[in-house]
Amino acid sequence: MLVRILVLLYLAGAPALAQTLCQPNASNGCRVRISIKTALGNQAYEWNENEMFLFRATMAFAMRRYYKTETYNVDNIIMCNQTLRVSFWFVVTSPENSTMLIPKADVEKAVRMSRHRINNAFLLTDRTLEFLGIHPTLAAPVNPDTPPWLIVFGVVIGAVFAGIIALLVSSLLQKRRKEKGMMEDGQDEEDRQMKGVENDNVLDGIYNRGFTDDDRFTKL
Amino acid sequence: MRLQLPNPGLEDRILSHEDLDKLETEEAGSGDRPKWDNKTQYMLTCVGFCVGLGNVWRFPYLCQSHGGGAFMIPFLILLVLEGVPLLHLEFAIGQRLRKGSLGVWSTIHPYLAGVGIASMFVSLMISLYYNTIMAWVMWYLFNSFQETLPWSQCPLNYNLTGLVSECEQSSPVDYFWYRETLNTTPDIGENGGLQWWMVLCLISAWAVLYICIIRGIETTGKAVYVTSTLPYVVLSIFLIRGLTLKGSLSGVVFLFTPDLTELTNPTTWLDAGAQVFYSFSIAFGGLISFSSYNSVHNNCEQDAVIISAVNGFTSVYAATVIYTIIGFRATERFDNCLGGNILTLLNTFDLPEGNVTENNYDQVLQSLNGTHPDIIQGLNLKTCDLNTFLSEGVEGTGLAFIVFTEAITKMPVSPVWSVLFFIMLFCLGLSSMFGNIEGVLVPLQDLGVFPKSWPKEATTGTTCVLCCIAGLIFVQGSGNYWLSLFDSFAGSIPLLIIAFCEMVGVVYLYGIDRFNEDIKFMIGHKPNLFWQITWRFVSPAIMFVIFVFYFITKVTETLLYKTWNPESENFPTLEEKPYPAWIYVIIFILAGIPSLAVPGTALYKCLRRKRDTKAEQQELKTVSNHIDVNDKAQDGKSHT
Repeated sequence: MLVRILVLLYLAGAPALAQTLCQPNASNGCRVRISIKTALGNQAYEWNENEMFLFRATMAFAMRRYYKTETYNVDNIIMCNQTLRVSFWFVVTSPENSTMLIPKADVEKAVRMSRHRINNAFLLTDRTLEFLGIHPTLAAPVNPDTPPWLIVFGVVIGAVFAGIIALLVSSLLQKRRKEKGMMEDGQDEEDRQMKGVENDNVLDGIYNRGFTDDDRFTKL
Repeated sequence: MRLQLPNPGLEDRILSHEDLDKLETEEAGSGDRPKWDNKTQYMLTCVGFCVGLGNVWRFPYLCQSHGGGAFMIPFLILLVLEGVPLLHLEFAIGQRLRKGSLGVWSTIHPYLAGVGIASMFVSLMISLYYNTIMAWVMWYLFNSFQETLPWSQCPLNYNLTGLVSECEQSSPVDYFWYRETLNTTPDIGENGGLQWWMVLCLISAWAVLYICIIRGIETTGKAVYVTSTLPYVVLSIFLIRGLTLKGSLSGVVFLFTPDLTELTNPTTWLDAGAQVFYSFSIAFGGLISFSSYNSVHNNCEQDAVIISAVNGFTSVYAATVIYTIIGFRATERFDNCLGGNILTLLNTFDLPEGNVTENNYDQVLQSLNGTHPDIIQGLNLKTCDLNTFLSEGVEGTGLAFIVFTEAITKMPVSPVWSVLFFIMLFCLGLSSMFGNIEGVLVPLQDLGVFPKSWPKEATTGTTCVLCCIAGLIFVQGSGNYWLSLFDSFAGSIPLLIIAFCEMVGVVYLYGIDRFNEDIKFMIGHKPNLFWQITWRFVSPAIMFVIFVFYFITKVTETLLYKTWNPESENFPTLEEKPYPAWIYVIIFILAGIPSLAVPGTALYKCLRRKRDTKAEQQELKTVSNHIDVNDKAQDGKSHT
């Protein structure tokens, strides 16, 4: 009989006790603000008791992961002061002692560790599922080994210098070809280097036009 | 009898019409003078020279700040009265006298050689800083080949706890431009050293220019097929992209909404005149050179009209495209501002989402202000006005590197748009550089600075290398301030003086009658009354008025320049500082030397001629007095 009374008292008192533990602006409580419509637009779901249950389960999961124990349960997460904005306060009680609250710092660390999983459970992001007081994690900067602009610069300057050298070489070749062409013409019309052979000696001589009977000159 | 100043010896210095015709037929194959492969190359080169960065980033700003659609009126009027006649004059005189700018003015009258020298000096100064802008464009282009553009987010600070404070206070695009690109110092006196990444970009800009001008118009003529046409393609792509973005039409409407009261403001007319003048790249000497490579009977009148029309159309087209993107950016900012305010209200009053939207924001705010005025006060809500965002009109480098790049980061697939935009800017600038460099190279050749034995590749190469080295001023920490200094002073007053002297020289020294005859010989009919009136009275008068007003404005205003100073009080706003005293010397060199070269050379030549004639006269006296060329004396001698 006494046991039944005690059980009844406990069942009646537990929610009341839970309510006193969770207060807005409590030192160990965290405020959560959710913006479903901003995140999902037309595909926004309604925030109801089932979603609240999911939240409590996710938070229990986060606490389990942080402490690496399997003792946390949905009952350990107590929520209060829900508004239409969809914001509420929650506190986490210790699984051993349901009147003792887990300090805020530890809750924050747990949330930070599993932030990505919590966000994904609700299809939200750091900005739309806000834990007030816990800043969103900054994306780690991606530092490539060579800055990408240097690669593009290298390609462009390589192509340009190759082009310059090609053009310079081609104009040099053109000039040489022209000079060679002119030299051949010159030999045709002016002095011709004749090689004379006398007594098996090679003599270099210049053909003297003055002594030729050349039809090229105009006849008087 | 028309007013004609005495000009002895003109006939001896110019080729007669018969000689020109003979030259035309003889020079058909090869010749000393380079030639355009076909008319298209010539037109594209001239269009490319005229259409430059100013069409994209100066004209839209002027249009929007001087009454939108109403600005078209002074712009078009001055285009017809000032731009077209000057253009026709330069084309005709170049085609007739078949020389570069220095040669043309020396031929018309030896004392006018100063005009050619001034043109060369101005072209040189402008080439130096213009290619630095190309270097900046290349830097942004190289950085666009990344998935997240580097100017879309602030970098993290040293211990990875937050964003860099300079970036957080201003914006990622500002930070990228002032810190990561320019690494600007707070004062023009502190030079901050050479920024190595900018030096690399400067070298690449000059290298690309060199490869395009390596053999003169032979290579330039081929390059312009790409550099002059690509900007139009990209502008059209951006127009289509822009029109599909939210808020673009509000930008275009804002740009073209006429405010006819602006027409009574003289600054509007002055700015329109100055814009037409600078946009046509007149008085650089490049256009004279380009048209001197034409055949003698090319229809220069038609060319001038076509190129003016294309230039005007491009200005308007580019303004439309730019303002679709600016409209999009302004709407985006407005939406963010309003969204931020709405979120604040929702959060403070714990209202469900969707209760306060853009439509009922004002009513809700009013009702809340009635019930909880103190809370509303404490929130410090920003006032969001679309027109304020739209009229944050920016021009120049601010438009291209800050406003436009920010807008690009908000578009999907940003790297593609960024690459396209900077390629377009690069092509616009490169085609203008062709003309600038032509205005430097041809006078240098005419002056005989380079030995005749040097091939064309060597002369262009040397010029590019020397200009690149001189351009290192602009890639130091304070380079941006030097660039604005050069922009304001090297390219404004001297050009007005040169253009005025050009008109007076051709009309009154060369002789308008002779000029009319020349044009009749070249294109078949005498220029009609419109050209006569504009050449002789209207255009020189407009030049003179603009020059006087510009001069007075520049001389009377205290010279301030805007600096990026992270330590200043209202930080993201640029701090205005006065120039230090030694800058005035530099300003005098930039603006004064080309302007004074015109009378200075005339004086020098005059004095030298007087000295030469005196020496000749003295020699004559000596010869006739001391040597007897009398036959009688010799007869006498032979008898003895």
